[in-house]
Amino acid sequence: MSNELEFLSRRAASGKLSRRDFLGRAAALGISAPFANSLLSSAARAAGPVKGGTLKAGLVGGESTNSLDPALMMTQVPFAFGKMWGEMIVELSPEGKLENRIAEEIGSSDDAKVWTLKIRDGVEFHNGKTVTAEDVAATLERHSDEKSKSGALGYMKGIETIKASGKEVVLTLKEANADLPYLLSDYHLIVQPNGGKDKADAGISAGPYKVTTNEPGVRHGGERFANYWQGDKMGHADQIEIIVINDATARTAALQGGQVNMINRVEPKIVDLIKRLPGVTIRNHAGPGHYVFIMHCNTAPFDNADLRMALKLAIDREEMLDKILRGYGSLGNDFPINASYPLFSEIEQRKYDPDKAKFHFKKSGHDGAVLLRTSDVAFPGAVDAAQLFQQSAAKAGITLEIKREPGDGYWSEVWNKQPFCASYWGGRSTQDQMYSTAYLSTADWNDTRFKRPDFDKMVLAARAELDETKRKAMYHDMGVMVRDEGGLILPMFNQFIDATGAKVDGWVDDPHQELMNGYALAKCWLQA
Amino acid sequence: MSSPILKLIAQRIALGIVLLLAVSVLIFAGTQILPGDVAQAILGQSATPESLANLREQLGLNDPAYIRYFRWLGGVLTGDLGTAMSSGQDIATSIKGRLWNTLFLAFWAAVVAVPLAIILGLIAVRYRNGWVDKLISGLALASTSFPEFFIGYVLVYFFAVKWQIFPGISTVYDGMPFGERMQAIALPATALTLVVLAHMMRMTRAAILNVMQSAYVETAELKGLSAFNVIRKHAFPNAIAPIINVVMLNLAYLIVGVVVVEVIFVYPGMGQYLVDHVTKRDVPVVQAVGLIFAAVYISLNIIADIGAIVANPRLRHPK
Repeated sequence: MSNELEFLSRRAASGKLSRRDFLGRAAALGISAPFANSLLSSAARAAGPVKGGTLKAGLVGGESTNSLDPALMMTQVPFAFGKMWGEMIVELSPEGKLENRIAEEIGSSDDAKVWTLKIRDGVEFHNGKTVTAEDVAATLERHSDEKSKSGALGYMKGIETIKASGKEVVLTLKEANADLPYLLSDYHLIVQPNGGKDKADAGISAGPYKVTTNEPGVRHGGERFANYWQGDKMGHADQIEIIVINDATARTAALQGGQVNMINRVEPKIVDLIKRLPGVTIRNHAGPGHYVFIMHCNTAPFDNADLRMALKLAIDREEMLDKILRGYGSLGNDFPINASYPLFSEIEQRKYDPDKAKFHFKKSGHDGAVLLRTSDVAFPGAVDAAQLFQQSAAKAGITLEIKREPGDGYWSEVWNKQPFCASYWGGRSTQDQMYSTAYLSTADWNDTRFKRPDFDKMVLAARAELDETKRKAMYHDMGVMVRDEGGLILPMFNQFIDATGAKVDGWVDDPHQELMNGYALAKCWLQA
Repeated sequence: MSSPILKLIAQRIALGIVLLLAVSVLIFAGTQILPGDVAQAILGQSATPESLANLREQLGLNDPAYIRYFRWLGGVLTGDLGTAMSSGQDIATSIKGRLWNTLFLAFWAAVVAVPLAIILGLIAVRYRNGWVDKLISGLALASTSFPEFFIGYVLVYFFAVKWQIFPGISTVYDGMPFGERMQAIALPATALTLVVLAHMMRMTRAAILNVMQSAYVETAELKGLSAFNVIRKHAFPNAIAPIINVVMLNLAYLIVGVVVVEVIFVYPGMGQYLVDHVTKRDVPVVQAVGLIFAAVYISLNIIADIGAIVANPRLRHPK
């Protein structure tokens, strides 16, 4: 890069040179417009965030039934809006490290059973009240109450007592858990005044934006909270707005027409088209989410290990990654963990092998068709994926019978009920969380009916192990076990594919969830 | 004409109320047949047995169906539509805004579509079988034959993306200035107009043509009246009953049948609201919306009937 160009880009970024003039100068120097644009945005990032303006996002995943109660947040819009007005106890940084928020410090006893959260001073709720240890304790109490409807109840149940004293909250666990801080980054655990026990859906917390508009299923809006404790890091736009646009075409058109600055869930099949649009940037990045076919290990014919192995060998993962995700993902290996987990280690990649599949299928003694249920809602492209599976299995002499189920009621009538169906998982922040949610014998969402006391022991042992090397080895063994003996067929990990419009800056890829783990509106800014 | 007409009107209205009650039973029964229940639907993929049981208990789903029906009917009669199970919001309050939005959109679509359809119908009759007639019919049929989403996307592509004249998404909100609101609904209203235009236009044309064959029109023509006057004075008033009927039918469609258009343009009306709650098995909302839709249909039909009776004296004296 020539010195002149660098100089110009810095001038442009600091507002001394107009964008148009900069592009003109760059063109004169023989620089193509896209490259010049990227120069400009890196210069702008270096120049720091710009305050002001209204950032708008058009997002899928909002319904008129949404509530501001953090316990009930399920889909993408309440999740993203929650990160705007809510403040967390801890959060995961884009690099996967723990980032202290309302907790200033987290410490544990040597056996990882007693955890102490030190509450930060001077963090203020939107109603002017200061955040206290009591508020944090009440929040955790509400989400760990047996009667709670909270989406976080599954892990919060492991907490035996919660005590607030002075500036500290002390948690005593039923069983040791070295991963507790990661569990506290669950997006449901927004800290509310008195834990939201008075009015859970008041929309009051200590996040960078105050709720100004809440029309579920239509739009949500917020204005910058002047007393936000981290005002230099987040909350650059004066106002933020989320418009619920569930229709993919309308969402793209809104971005293209400039009515919104960012959208989520771009469909892999149209990514290449959208890339060509001027000013639009595709933001795709890997994460822990995965698309799966799940077999119940305790239900015939899937209670036969050879049949399960035959089906695992009969799926062409590469073809599926290529045709369903158009390459916007990575190969799966029949265990739910990939490189986005901190303690991941490689296991030999399973490949499509019709001959071996045929061998195991014969050995299983099963004959006739195998019924696979699928639906549009299982994951985008699930019906096509099932058909690809059918074709690759046919080459191994296995007949898959595909039943297409209505999307309505799929999660209540088919998933976790029928023995073999398509589904998806969003992933979790740690392996312990993922395995505890879906692979422990006692897990509520054990959708493969993988019930192995020896595996349970491994999970509990790894949870209590504080030595990282040992833990990593334990997780490796657990991965091998699920991969070879479990009921999970995991052909691919999907990427999150978001897109931003021309003036958006400050984007940082975050592997945890879409839209920079929900913080895109708070951490991005509009170029001046 | 006063007493027999009033009696007829009263009869129609009474019939309408009976019908509405019958519909309410059907709606309630229908929502009971849906697979799964609201607790399961609210919690979705993350349902645990305990949270399911807690939620069912809290929502009163353990009572028998008839008790829930009468509890609901009693509420509706006193103006209380209940609270949405899934979000805990008061249904009447959330519906009020939505219904107003839907009526607003339907009103402006109708303001454009109805006169346009009737005038185009009249013109088509005047120049029947000529190129003008064929052009009008052809275009109207074409716009009706395209699915709504196609028309919607074409409008969005040209007016919102390419030329950027109107917004492609029509999120309206309370307190939005009238001008902005009109701009926001420009595209969905156009889409709706195109969708309902042909039906009304063709019906107007057919009804008038039908009348044109009668003896009195021939007489009028023989009197030497101009073609337009024949249609205006003699044919149109006699064709008004079927025209009112089809207009009312389309008005009803503008209110209850716009789900697709609302989704494409992200318009916060009743259709989207209903769809969201159906997937959540939010029975009270589905019932309330169903009942409102039924009431719209029934009352527009009553108006059509009454209009036809008023317009056509022969209908006032049923044999």
